Amino acid sequence: MSNQNILEVKNLTKHFKVGHRQIVHAVDDVSFTIPRGKTLGIVGESGCGKSSCARTVIRMYDPTKGQIILDGVDITNLKQKELKPYRKKMQMIFQDPYASLNARMTVRDIIAEPLLAHKIVKKKEDANEFVYPMLERVGLTKEHANRYAHEFSGGQRQRVGIARALILHPELIICDEPISALDVSIQAQVINLLKEFQEEKGGAYLFIAHDLSMVRYVSDEVGVMYLGQMVELCEADEIYRSPLHPYTRGLLGSIPIANPKLAKAKEKSSIKGDIPSPINPPDGCRFHTRCPYAKPECAKVAPQMKDVGGGHMVACHLY
Amino acid sequence: MEPVLKIENLKTSFMTSNGEVQAVRGVSFSVEKGEILGIVGESGSGKSVTSMSILQLLADTARIKDGRILFDGEDLTKVSKKKMREIRGEKISMIFQDPMSSLNPLITAGKQVEEMIKEHHPNKSKAELKQEVLELFEKVRIPEPEKRYRSYPHEFSGGMRQRVMIAMALANKPELLIADEPTTALDVTIQDQILRQLRELEKEYGTSIIFITHDLGVVAELCDRVVVMYGGLVMEEALIEDIFEKPSHPYTMGLLASIPDLEQDKSEKLMPIAGSPPDMTNPPKGCPFAPRCPYARNICAQELPEFVEVGDRHKSRCFLLYEEAPADENNPFRK
Repeated sequence: MSNQNILEVKNLTKHFKVGHRQIVHAVDDVSFTIPRGKTLGIVGESGCGKSSCARTVIRMYDPTKGQIILDGVDITNLKQKELKPYRKKMQMIFQDPYASLNARMTVRDIIAEPLLAHKIVKKKEDANEFVYPMLERVGLTKEHANRYAHEFSGGQRQRVGIARALILHPELIICDEPISALDVSIQAQVINLLKEFQEEKGGAYLFIAHDLSMVRYVSDEVGVMYLGQMVELCEADEIYRSPLHPYTRGLLGSIPIANPKLAKAKEKSSIKGDIPSPINPPDGCRFHTRCPYAKPECAKVAPQMKDVGGGHMVACHLY
Repeated sequence: MEPVLKIENLKTSFMTSNGEVQAVRGVSFSVEKGEILGIVGESGSGKSVTSMSILQLLADTARIKDGRILFDGEDLTKVSKKKMREIRGEKISMIFQDPMSSLNPLITAGKQVEEMIKEHHPNKSKAELKQEVLELFEKVRIPEPEKRYRSYPHEFSGGMRQRVMIAMALANKPELLIADEPTTALDVTIQDQILRQLRELEKEYGTSIIFITHDLGVVAELCDRVVVMYGGLVMEEALIEDIFEKPSHPYTMGLLASIPDLEQDKSEKLMPIAGSPPDMTNPPKGCPFAPRCPYARNICAQELPEFVEVGDRHKSRCFLLYEEAPADENNPFRK
């Protein structure tokens, strides 16, 4: 328990081979750490590699390069069998509560499965003493245990998904867009639940989302990804108060503000064009094709992440 | 000002094996010329069914049980199918959430937009049609219109596909454009581009827009006025500034409190709305929001409150706003 960081990711790279000798550069040279009990938020547009990054960290995908250090242990190259004891320490909550729950299992069986898989209980019947309190903790009742996922609303399903992830008291929970599929009034319920758990049990979160105001609200640190690379990483409030990377600035400028007066006073610049294909990412800085401040150098040399003061990391030639 | 569209007491139901789903239960509102009206609500609130009722594009299991939809001096619930086909695409057009499933994958984007014009103007020559499509592509900022004219839908990105849809919707300069969550599937930077585009086009063409969304931020950026729906009913209707500054329904207040803004204190809890939306096969007898409302009284579960005026062009449906409502601690409007 001496490791200060529950997760250290160093130069993580994940490439997918597709078609004829083509490579998708899903994640390229991404590094970050998550201290115990803290939350790192990762934001970016679709295709930026944030979900691939999460799935590689949890070893659903095998990394192409780099290192994943969980609680001081390098799990990068462990075989699936060797990985099992470490899986107990990290669990995942998925975006789609409709697709991530087995339709043929009761809620009890879904939540009890991790307990059985890790031999914490021997028989299904013994799992109840863990499952019932967990159900109540996530705002469901004992009576829900015998029902099937299709009998629940989206918000309730997500609670079941959270119960399954938390039943082993993992030290790291990877949340891949956990609220994107939910209605606005339900999102806040789920977020409050996740925050309460963190206060009680001290788990750390890797929180992936595209809702920037929600990410700020839950995170201690925020990383911004673009086309497979981390372009900025710093303390959560700092990134919203003084974003440095032109992409971060554009992204923040695009968030709709739920305040008509501020919305009308908003800057009139938005990011132009579409996100390029990760199969042939642009040379140099990958954002230079859309960047309003691009210099000739940006098309040639890829900027490295550097600390510009107070732990504010940014990869841009302007700094 | 003369409204472009006026809906009066619309009731639409779906007949299912589990009984009648009362999706829309008496909705009234109007849209003025050149106005962008937002309809906000969660899934199941009846917002999309309302728009499909306007266009008469409901599923076979649906019935419009009551009410009128007045457009151009006609009641759309009564016009013939043939007449409705003439109105759709010419005077009222629509863009949907998912542009991929709204476009034909086997026909080039240019041809599809052309079809739309040809349908209503059969006498235009090929060259004229093509010219118009290229101008439209330029207008909605599709780069390299000549090349894109010959591209198939799968060759476009999500944002570009939505631009093709907008070009198609605007092809005949409609009086009313209904946009049902058109940016929900898009990334924020692309959403921002599309919203700016819609605002420009509204100014240029004077087209009225009904914009359906669940995102209050989008409403704040785009709309002039907003209608808040819940449980198949309109709960509140107000000018955009008023809905954010003096929300006058507990549901609207709940929605606003459940989204964090960028200045939100992180140690402060979000205030979610407890519970989940009602089952519309068996809607609550009284106010549909009563089971989740923190201020609900006995009467709220028994009777449906009237939709009453609470300010300039501001209406709401809540017993706590009534003159005779007790002005105590648990009444947010009359403390």
